[in-house]
Amino acid sequence: MSETTTHIPDEKVRIGAPSIPGFTEEGEDLSPINDNDNSPLGGASTKAHSHGGGVETPDSSRAGRLTSTNVEDFAKLTGREEDWRFTPLKRLLGLHSEDLTGAAPKVELTGNDIAQLSVISAEDSLNGVAHTPDDRVSANAWKFASQTQVVTIPKNAEGANASLRITGESLVPAAQHLIIVAEENSEATVILDHVGSAVLAQNVEFDVRANARLTVVSLQAWEDDAVHASSQQAVVAQGASFKHIAVSFGGDLVRVNPSARFAGERAEIELYGLYFADAGQHLEHRLFVDHAVPNCKSNVLYKGALQGKDAHTVWVGDVLIQKAAVGTDSYEANRNLVLTDGARADSVPNLEIETGLIDGAGHASTTGRFDDEHLFYLMARGIDEKTARRLVVRGFLNEIVQQIGDEALQERLTETIEEELAATEN
Amino acid sequence: MSTLEIKDLHVSIETEQGEKEILKGVTLTINTGETHAIMGPNGSGKSTLASTIAGHPRYTVTSGSITLDGEDVLEMSVDERAKAGLFLAMQYPVEVPGVTMTNFLRTAKTAIDGEAPKLRTWTKDVKEAFSKLKIDADFAGRNVNEGFSGGEKKRVEILQLELFKPKFAILDETDSGLDVDALKIVSEGVNRAQDENEMGTLLITHYTRILRYIKPQFVHVFVDGHVAEQGGPELADRLEEEGYDRYLNVKA
Ligand SMILES: Nc1ncnc2c1ncn2[C@@H]1O[C@H](COP(=O)(O)OP(=O)(O)O)[C@@H](O)[C@H]1O
Ligand SMILES: [Mg+2]
Repeated sequence: MSETTTHIPDEKVRIGAPSIPGFTEEGEDLSPINDNDNSPLGGASTKAHSHGGGVETPDSSRAGRLTSTNVEDFAKLTGREEDWRFTPLKRLLGLHSEDLTGAAPKVELTGNDIAQLSVISAEDSLNGVAHTPDDRVSANAWKFASQTQVVTIPKNAEGANASLRITGESLVPAAQHLIIVAEENSEATVILDHVGSAVLAQNVEFDVRANARLTVVSLQAWEDDAVHASSQQAVVAQGASFKHIAVSFGGDLVRVNPSARFAGERAEIELYGLYFADAGQHLEHRLFVDHAVPNCKSNVLYKGALQGKDAHTVWVGDVLIQKAAVGTDSYEANRNLVLTDGARADSVPNLEIETGLIDGAGHASTTGRFDDEHLFYLMARGIDEKTARRLVVRGFLNEIVQQIGDEALQERLTETIEEELAATEN
Repeated sequence: MSTLEIKDLHVSIETEQGEKEILKGVTLTINTGETHAIMGPNGSGKSTLASTIAGHPRYTVTSGSITLDGEDVLEMSVDERAKAGLFLAMQYPVEVPGVTMTNFLRTAKTAIDGEAPKLRTWTKDVKEAFSKLKIDADFAGRNVNEGFSGGEKKRVEILQLELFKPKFAILDETDSGLDVDALKIVSEGVNRAQDENEMGTLLITHYTRILRYIKPQFVHVFVDGHVAEQGGPELADRLEEEGYDRYLNVKA
């Protein structure tokens, strides 16, 4: 395994991107995943487009990303855009291009009754409290979500536990909008448990107010045919902590984009993720941590296992430390374990640092392979092949499972990992 | 008493130039309680012999046999061989991602014994084994061999030898890359395992240095895929003085 770590350069740098195959300082080469044969630009390198109406700054930086609630502000996708180049657009089944008129998955709240579930209209001013769509699918979901479900954790609440079972019941493309409000000084765990079948574009907002501590687990446990593009944005106020754990293993195509922005000092953001891709599955996670204020701390760790032909995972981690964000401490890492031939893990850490006055910043990306030599070593110690494979995967993913805190969910994940492993053995 | 018997063993590997014969008729018998040194120049096939006994899939046995108390070892899978009492301390131990030493040791012990070790005594045994081999207790929480130095990897191999209590241990250049202190610690571990478990040992080495600490009753000189000469400990002394040139010249 190889590892790179970067430390505090004294002026703005962009690390990571230029070293990816097919990517140059100017932009990227043609995506191998999306065919662009009808494009007038065919073969030329391109940059992200931005059109009037949205907020924009220079597009070499993550800060330059177009954001808008109006889907028309985003150009039609070609598959060559930096943030879509790994995603097989055809398999989005229209989430980026069609009217999302299907019924949104059913939402049911269980837990210890501290959190409240309510419904607001699409016109309510709470919409957008933490979120502005930053890609076309998210904006499309914004347009078509007819209402918003809101989970509120009251001020000073302790030990709030809210599990939202989100059940997809149809494959008609649909939109959904959720808001989680963690009021001042509250403490809660919220689970977004996605099950069933759906073709879903989703926006989830997290309003983490002063001194609140919010843990979110977004579990993508879909049936095999599901398609899910979820943009999950958090704004984290002074003294608050936000821990987000994305767990993806079900579905044909899952693309989860968690992003978190500091809005006050001495706050903390942790983004964790665990994914397990089988043959033919596309699991993508693109995250963004925006250090816009001083003295905040962030930590990112995503771990993924891949097995089977054409299992594909994508991890892109953008961390932006803005000029004002002195005293920042930040680290991001992605680790992949490839269990069989024919699987592909793309991993791109992007760390942008605009100030030298930080406590630390680093990134790491490793992709290891479980090969015959590992297997031989374990078997030479009496461990049979099946057990050897389990031992390695379980151990590898456990670091993230342990972050979850919710025992029942931890157990369920451990079982799921076992099932995934059993699937390769057959 | 148990016996590991290797008879007229021929082993080939696949190379880009086609099949290549590496072992050209090896015959060797080891009983429990005995220590055999196999000495030979680099490239003579020592690791090939060791890996073939352990069942590495890269090596193909084209003829000959390996038996353990009459049982056909070549018919056994790699894990079955370990369960039957064979242990290979590897020349280059592999780093295994995601598996902590603690978890690995317990899983292997359970597999080899066919039942889980009693937790209390096991924890104590592991702790003791760590301290006897002067391995820092922190290593228990680290992934198997990951980031260990060459010397640390070798100690961890011997740690396993002590905990798993095999009938036969094959030590493939366990001495190479060790400084004098580490060599002593490792040798003491091997000697303990021999005393406590009546273990039979196949000590593969390039140098005579380790023979000061582990005393073989039999020495086999390995050249070009076969045993060129065998004798007692005095043969090692002779090699110390003369090196392998005599055998290589004979061949030339
Ligand atoms: N994968 C391989 N491809 C080609 N030749 C190999 C390979 N592995 C081993 N050999 C050759 O087999 C011979 C024996 O190697 P080895 O058993 O490692 O010897 P030793 O352990 O005595 O140094 C050497 O000539 C070596 O080059
Ligand atoms: Mg060797």
